[in-house]
Amino acid sequence: MSDRRPGAFDDHHPPQLELVKDCVHCGFCLPSCPTYVLWGEEMDSPRGRIHLMKTGLEGEPLSASMVGHFDACLGCMACVTACPSGVRYGTLIADTRAQVERRYERCRRERLLREVIFWLFPYPRRLRALRGPLALYQRSGLDRWLRRTGLLNRLPPMLRVMESLVPTLTRRQPLPERIPASGRCRAVVGMLTGCVQDALFPEVNAATARVLSAEGCDVVIPRGQGCCGALSQHTGREDEAISFARALIKRFEAAGVDHVVVNAAGCGSAMKEYAHLLRDDPDYAARAQIFVERTRDVSELLVELGPVAPRHPLDLAIAYHDACHLGHAQGVRSQPRELLRAIPGLTLVEIAEADLCCGSAGIYNLLHPEPATELGDRKTRNVLATGASVLVTANPGCLMQIAASARRLDGHLTLAHTVTVLDASIRNVPLRGTPAVTDGEGAPAAGPGHWSVYSSPYQWARRMVHHGA
Amino acid sequence: MTHESAELRLLAAEFTARLGPAAVITDRQRLRTYECDGLAQHRVVPGLVVLPESAEQTAAVVRACAAAGVPFVARGSGTGLSGGALPHADGVLIVTSRMRRILEIDPANERAIVEPGVINLDVTKAASPQGWYFAPDPSSQQICSVGGNVAENSGGAHCLKYGFTTHHVLGVEVVTPNGELVWLGGTTRDVPGYDLLGAFVGSEGTLGIATKIVVRLLRESESVRCLLAAFPRVDEAGVAVSKIIADGVTPAAIEMMDALAIEAAEAAVACGYPEGAGAVLIVELDGPVAEVEHTFAAVHRHCTDAGAFEIRVARDAAERALFWKGRKSTFAAVGRISPDYIVQDGVIPRTVLPEVLRCIADLSAGTGVRVANVFHAGDGNLHPLVLFDETKPGEAQAAEEISGAILDLCIAYGGSITGEHGVGMDKAQYLPRMFTDDDLDTMQRLRCAFDPVGVCNPGKVFPTPRLCGEVPGKHKGAHPLQVAGLAEQF
Repeated sequence: MSDRRPGAFDDHHPPQLELVKDCVHCGFCLPSCPTYVLWGEEMDSPRGRIHLMKTGLEGEPLSASMVGHFDACLGCMACVTACPSGVRYGTLIADTRAQVERRYERCRRERLLREVIFWLFPYPRRLRALRGPLALYQRSGLDRWLRRTGLLNRLPPMLRVMESLVPTLTRRQPLPERIPASGRCRAVVGMLTGCVQDALFPEVNAATARVLSAEGCDVVIPRGQGCCGALSQHTGREDEAISFARALIKRFEAAGVDHVVVNAAGCGSAMKEYAHLLRDDPDYAARAQIFVERTRDVSELLVELGPVAPRHPLDLAIAYHDACHLGHAQGVRSQPRELLRAIPGLTLVEIAEADLCCGSAGIYNLLHPEPATELGDRKTRNVLATGASVLVTANPGCLMQIAASARRLDGHLTLAHTVTVLDASIRNVPLRGTPAVTDGEGAPAAGPGHWSVYSSPYQWARRMVHHGA
Repeated sequence: MTHESAELRLLAAEFTARLGPAAVITDRQRLRTYECDGLAQHRVVPGLVVLPESAEQTAAVVRACAAAGVPFVARGSGTGLSGGALPHADGVLIVTSRMRRILEIDPANERAIVEPGVINLDVTKAASPQGWYFAPDPSSQQICSVGGNVAENSGGAHCLKYGFTTHHVLGVEVVTPNGELVWLGGTTRDVPGYDLLGAFVGSEGTLGIATKIVVRLLRESESVRCLLAAFPRVDEAGVAVSKIIADGVTPAAIEMMDALAIEAAEAAVACGYPEGAGAVLIVELDGPVAEVEHTFAAVHRHCTDAGAFEIRVARDAAERALFWKGRKSTFAAVGRISPDYIVQDGVIPRTVLPEVLRCIADLSAGTGVRVANVFHAGDGNLHPLVLFDETKPGEAQAAEEISGAILDLCIAYGGSITGEHGVGMDKAQYLPRMFTDDDLDTMQRLRCAFDPVGVCNPGKVFPTPRLCGEVPGKHKGAHPLQVAGLAEQF
């Protein structure tokens, strides 16, 4: 077959045959793969996709069907956790995707969709500019009117999905460039504010900065930091990802920090891949390596440092969801749980099928709304079955995805980031998460459980007054 | 389609009309992902893949194949290690992975009814909230299908005490090779008449396709205790196994791993087995508390007497799971220490274990081919892993030879060429070493009673086409042996 070269891939970083050969075809990855769980097909399993890469290396062309199966991969890396042979599927699919993006001509609709997404999402300023219109849309009641009249269902699928994902916006206070440690400074950390996190979940960034400061970190928030390139990297837009990575490395080098701290799982996992991404760049290869060594998920760093700020009780039942890019891609599972368990009064419950992706997967839910919705609903049903009324996870994508599913399933759930919970405990204030379900007039619905008095702003305010806070 | 044939094209059109386009695969690249199961050395691209979602759909597919004389092969999760689900180039591969409903969990009657694509471990997951479980536990239980377990009569670490799949299946709904839906066995412990269910379980997909399976559920034991004993050499570990069994103790499992297997498992899952061990034994006991405590002390003593230099006792379920994680991931973990390997499967009488292991070590030393050993020591089921590098000339051949020599050893010591992986494609050539022609003919007659036209997983289990015709492809007219008056077809 080798006479049929070049086959599916060219010579610029094709999926490496040595890595492909690490797969012994045992099939242990199959039940961990969301698309295999959904469709039960070999070619939509990690083992099948590696087999496709192998046949592609042997001479099979990069056909529409082959690309379809690579595209259908959520990149959740659950298979990497499941694999006993240590197959580096993450590297394989990243190299494959870069080849697909460079060499495969998509149809016009697909191209346009990607252009729109990548014009918008990796640019914090453009996203922030949307906040005003979005807030107006939510507050004017236009969203509810569109839903009631059924006009919403006439929108194109991607717009409909985007509409369903947008969380209720909170006030965004710009963070200062430097926040000193309260008490003795134990580390100087640079904080990534991100794109979606910054525009849609500014309260998570604010909480992160407060928690880091409370735990003895000088927090530096470099101005003008751009996108980390996670979405581009995970979609195979290699050149774009490389230029984002270079700019971010440069920005944080100038900040002179001990650690680079991230509170979004997708961003963190992409940043930890910079050494691989920039391996061919003589100027940046070594710098990327140093950057990777400095990069920490916020929960990783907090556990490394150990707590100094006292925790106050939070009487909550919390279900913790491992974001795939935190659990599978970065192996950070115990740290967020350790931080949450250390809060007095807090009960942590585990979710069934915990290893299964929620379907958010970067921009997957925009590109593949159907399987993403199915996975989102499956995850949310498992979350609701725990009986916990708060879902905690460390990725904006997962938060939006599960909130959207909860609204669809009419499930009462409040969603929060790990640091939001920590922040509430350290400051001794009730948790203010994002309620997934809003009742008619926009007031957050009270979830079941004894803590639910917190979830309505009215009741929350009353309680605050009652406690004299 | 890889092998364009008019019949396959017609079948593809028929299946698409009946089952919908999502259930039929004809694209070459997609078909190629089905070219092998867990044994990747054998590869055949199927002519057509179909994914039925019900017994009725499966029966319709089989009926159409039988009518067209097109061979078909059933496949579950594709984890078999003997090439039993190796596709047929001019045939249909019927994949059961979309038939994965658990139809009934009935603890009061100690049974569950499942579809064939249901994953082994999922049966236990569904029954465990009520305190029950499905006993057969092959190492691949997290992904292998119950239908595949039935076809291969799968075992596992705990079959020492609890038996193989055949001991845990009460009945199966089967699509016969001519497309009829029939029940073999039932929902009770015994049914009168010939034990056709017994014939079906372990028939490696040659007698039909199971579409519903009534499995037995067992009550979770009151107490489970597990220890990990490290020995300087395999010999001492073997002695410990013999002493434990001779003492009248029946552990739920006794598993042994040698140094090379430990190295692989350690690299894969960091199971933290004692350093410097030439062999480890994992011994698990279960049952009523009093019994377990009593026998556990005996096991501990026998291990110490035999020369164990370290014994760890699992303090909780999590630690027990870690002991097992190392063992259960060994096959795949060997990928970390060798680019290619053959998973062998043979059985020997337990008492000759040290002797046979010495012979294997000699074979390995004589040829320089590394052999890692993992086995269900309690029932003498060996799994030597023969390591090689395909890219180095001659290595694959040498590994193949050693692998065969190990089977000869098993036969010479009064054992068998397979303990649980089945004969499939991989070992068909070895079957005559264990059985006479008369034996093989008798088995063939049974097969022909179910599959007179020879379309159901042809080419597997038996080495050469015999009697009712193992000729791959189409079957026209009478078999040559029939014509010659040497055989008759039932």
